[in-house]
Formats: sequence, structure tokens, C-alpha cells
Amino acid sequence: MELAFIIEKFALILVIFLISLTVAAYSTLAERKIAGFLQDRVGPNRAGPGGMFQPLADGLKMFFKEEIIPTDSNKALFILGPSLALFTSFLGSAVIPWGQDIEIAGRQVSLQITDINVGMLYIFGVVSLGVYGIMIGGWASNNKFSLMGAVRAASQSISYEIPMGLSIIALLMATNTLSMKEIAEQQHGINWNFFYQPLGFIIFLICSFAETNRTPFDLPECETELVGGYHTEYSGFKMGAYMFAEYLNMFLASAVMSTLYFGAYNYPGMDWVNELTGPVIGPLIGMAVLMLKIFAFIFLFMWVRWTVPRFRYDQLMNLGWKILIPLAIANIVITGIVITIIDKL
Amino acid sequence: MSISLFYFVAFLTIFFALLVIFSKNPVHSVLYLIVTFFTFTLHYIMLNAQFLAIVNFIVYMGAIMVLFLFVLMLLNLNEGSVGSKSNLLKMVGVIAGMCLVITLVGSVKALNASDPLVLQTQDLGLVKNLGKVLFSKFLLPFEISSILLLSAMVGAVLLAKKDIKQG
Amino acid sequence: MNFWERLYLPAIFQGMGITFRHMFKKKETIFYPEVEREFSENWRGMHSLKRDEEGRERCTACGLCALSCPAEAITMIAAERQKGEEALYREEKYAAVYEINMLRCIFCGLCEEACPKEAIYLDGPIVPADYLRKDFIYGKDKLVEEPMKVQ
Repeated sequence: MELAFIIEKFALILVIFLISLTVAAYSTLAERKIAGFLQDRVGPNRAGPGGMFQPLADGLKMFFKEEIIPTDSNKALFILGPSLALFTSFLGSAVIPWGQDIEIAGRQVSLQITDINVGMLYIFGVVSLGVYGIMIGGWASNNKFSLMGAVRAASQSISYEIPMGLSIIALLMATNTLSMKEIAEQQHGINWNFFYQPLGFIIFLICSFAETNRTPFDLPECETELVGGYHTEYSGFKMGAYMFAEYLNMFLASAVMSTLYFGAYNYPGMDWVNELTGPVIGPLIGMAVLMLKIFAFIFLFMWVRWTVPRFRYDQLMNLGWKILIPLAIANIVITGIVITIIDKL
Repeated sequence: MSISLFYFVAFLTIFFALLVIFSKNPVHSVLYLIVTFFTFTLHYIMLNAQFLAIVNFIVYMGAIMVLFLFVLMLLNLNEGSVGSKSNLLKMVGVIAGMCLVITLVGSVKALNASDPLVLQTQDLGLVKNLGKVLFSKFLLPFEISSILLLSAMVGAVLLAKKDIKQG
Repeated sequence: MNFWERLYLPAIFQGMGITFRHMFKKKETIFYPEVEREFSENWRGMHSLKRDEEGRERCTACGLCALSCPAEAITMIAAERQKGEEALYREEKYAAVYEINMLRCIFCGLCEEACPKEAIYLDGPIVPADYLRKDFIYGKDKLVEEPMKVQ
């Protein structure tokens, strides 16, 4: 029994790891394709049919490029930076409930790696840790532009963590739990949290853009001002690690948003489908639905990137501190009032 | 199993705490301090205090240390820039440190802390129980500390405002 | 600015609507090596040294093109036509070596205008890329027009 548990968890970790890798790799292609479509172009189309193998070609190119470590840099930290960025972006997927329990050979197999009862806070912690990779790498490069990028990343992530946390608190008041699994279960059918927390969702969405350093909040790497920001000095595979971490973060942020606000693996009419397809196929369909939601969010990330221009730094700070934080607090107050009224009725 | 694990994590904590003091480069110091805080998180997890663990993780590792690192990177202190202290200062430091050690040892002795700690309720560290205890039994200290934080925040805003006027 | 304008969100949604519409518009891409954009009438591309109606090289190596070239990209060595070569060269003097450095050439077309024999025209395609500088010095092997097919 114990062995079966270990095997099943190990297999699940492996599968989720591979899915994250594939999604992140193909996000790079999707980004270029979508950028092309939005600008009346076609995007990469040479490697394989329709550019299918472009991520492979990019990866190979990164792999065979020369690794340059600047002589005046701090060597150990220079290598630690991208490693840490990649590592932290993998951590978060551990608490995402990818689907309902599957029944395999009479055993209930959970599609969540671990259900800790502070799951929501865990994700928040992992996200807040993500900035270290950028900061350490940027500082270790011993380059003014890199340092500027690192400093910007730090102040940006601290500023946007606060409204993000506050919007999570409002969600916590509405759901009464911190466990990702319970949150997912509560949103059965179309009973999604988005309909209870629309303002909270918008705040969370904006903060996710800032935390993943995506346009319009890509100030840590803005190439027009800072050459390349924190990864100015990076080349080859370490540069690839940073890029990959960015896409993984985007995948994770999409997964978290779909789970917290858009009903995770739930969809209208799921009971009927589950009864029709049995205890194996049903949850898998749910997982596919979750993936669809995640892809929709990734598309949103890219769509915004190729539409909205970058913020100026003071605008970024104003938005974070003077608009989002008061809005998030107002959201908490409104949620509290509404919950009290409903309880009294 | 859990005892040996505790000793391992405790060793790591002390090891990295010593590295914080002995490393010459202030940025390295801060990074070791982050690792030290991470081992604190592990201690909390072993005590089944999940909420405290994750809050320690978010607040200390994720926010406060980022600010430390931020300031150090902006100042860009290097190994040479921190000048050597005078002998008098070193003496004062040694005496002060010794006083602290004696106080700590004395207080630990007085508390009989070497007795094994037995938790009355195993699930005390979980969010729900912790929240209930904080908002009933320890309501007054909790509110007072929140007022302290609020006043600190107001003070910080005031300091920042003053700078703008002068500049 | 009124409240809605200061909120910026309507403007952002409007912009996103515009970009989304562009997803379904006709793609402007021309797939270059397979499909080529039509050149305009006064397009100036790679040079070609022309032949006359009987397939003889028109160039007489007068050097006016080299003289007129502002980039000094053209060099040539003249030679005298021998007996029996009347079918190859139209004039009594011809260019034994005719080289254009394509890295220097600015495709201004002054050589075309200077030529008294209508021997050089910039009517070719785009000059292709290459790896070595020496490969950009085009000799007669690349410049002279293909001889006409014997009917």
C-alpha cells in the first residue's frame, strides 16, 4: 500500500513536470505565433509543419551557444541566479489540484501532488521567492543595467505582493478555506469564485502580470532602457533558463487563477458527463477543461503583451500603492459586509 | 527519526547563522540569512505549525529579506569598504555579546527548557485553531501589536513625506 | 479627463479589441524564397553584362562605368579581340576581366547611364548573402548574361 502511494505520487510529479515543461516550451512558440497574428504576420513557420519544432530548435540553439561568465562577476551567484529562478517556478505546481480523484484498480488516486491546508499561502510564498533568482543574477553580473533590473524587480514584486495578498484574503473570507483542493471542490459546476469576487479577480490578475514580469510590467528587463535588464550578461543556457522560468511562471499564474477564480476542473454539466464516462475518463476530462482554462489565460497574457505598452516606473508604483492596495482593502470590506448580511438573513 | 531530523536542521540553522556573521561580503551575509530563515521554516513545519511556517516563509524570506538585499545592492558595499574597527569597539562588542550569551543561557536554565516539550493539542499550529486562539485568548496582545505596526507604518510614511519636502 | 478616461481600462479594452480583430485579417507575409514580391519598374538589382542579338558581348571595356561609379566598385582589364573571336565579342576591344565589388556598390545605376554600348543593366534580382568578403567580388562568370539558346 505504501509503495503504491509512493509510485503514484512519483508518477504524478513526473507527469506534471513534463506537462509544465512542454507547455512552457510551446508557450515560447505560441508567443511568437500570437505576436505574428496580432500584427498581420504568420510567425515562425520554418521548423517543421507550421513551425511545430521551433521550441526544439530554440532549445538546441541555446544549448550549443557559448556560455560566457563575466570575469568580474560573482561566479557562484551568477550560476545560482538562473538555477533559482527555474527552481522556484517549478515549486508552485505542487499544490494545484489538477483534477478530481481518479479510480485506478480500486484505488482513489488524487490528482494533486500534496494538499497542505495552507495551499493558497504556499503559492503566495513561492511567488514571493521567485524574485530572488532575478535579484541574485542581476547583482552577480556586476553590470549597472543588470543591477537596475534587479532593483526594479525587487521593488516591483514587493509592491504588487501586497494587493495580491489582500485580494487573496477577500477570497479566503468568501471560501472559508486555504486548501486549494477544497477551493476547487466548492466551485462545483459553474459556482465559480469569479462571480463572487470580480474585483478581487481583476486585482489578482493585474498583480499576476506584475509578478511574472510580463508586459506592461516588464520593467526589470525592458530592453529599450536597460539593454536586457537582469539578464544583460547572460548567454546560452543560463539565459534560456531565465526565459523558461518566465514562461513557467506564466503557466503557474494561469493555473492559480483558473483554480482560485475560474473553477479549476469544474465545468457546467460535469456530473452528467462524469456519470456517462466513469471514474477514469471523467476526471481526465476535468483536467482537460482546466488545461483549456490555463491556455486561455496564457493567451490573455500574450494578447495583453502585444497590445499594451510598458508602464513608466512612477506609474507602476502609483498603480500598485495608490490604486490597487486601496481597491483591495475596499474589496475586503465589501466582502465582509456582504458575508455578514447574508449570515444575518 | 524526528529527533535526528531536528538535530540535522538545527545544525544547519546554526551553521548558516555563523556563516552570516563570518562572511566578508554583506550580500553573501544576507543570502546566508535567507537560508537561515528557511531552516526556521523547516523547524515550524516539524512542529506542525504550518501557518507560522508559511508566514515566516512569506514575510521574512519573501519580503523583508528582499528589502535587505535591495538596500545592500543599492549601497553596493564591497569587501574592502567596511573599514576595520578600533580595538576599543571590538572590546565593547565582545563584552556586549558575552552579556547576551549569559542572559540567554541563564533564562534557558531558569525555564527548564531542556525538558522535552509536549504539545497539549497537536493541531495548534493549523490556521483555524491559531485564528481562534488569537482572537479569543490573546485578543489584547494581538490588537496591541497591530496598533504598534500601524504606528510604525504611519511613522514610515511621515519620514518619506519629509524627504520630499526638503528635496 | 473624466472618470472613465482616467480609469484607463476602457482604452485598454478598446486596444485589445483592435489587436484581436487583426488576428483574423489577411496576413501580409510574403514567403520569400518560394514567393517573391514583384519588383517595381525602376528597380535596380544585380548587374548583368548584356549580349547583342547574335550573342556577342556588348562591352568594349571603355571604362566609363568604372569612371562614373561613385563607390569605385568596378574594375576591368581590357584585351584586344583576336582573330576567330568575332562571334564572342562585338567590338574590337573587350573586357577580359570585369569585376564588381557588391559590398561597395550602392546600386545607384550611374554605370547603366554611362555605358555607351548599352552593355550593363541593373536588372537582376537581389544580391544574395554570403559568408566571405572575397565572395562578394563578382567576376564575368556571374555578371555576363547567359548566351542565347541556338534556335
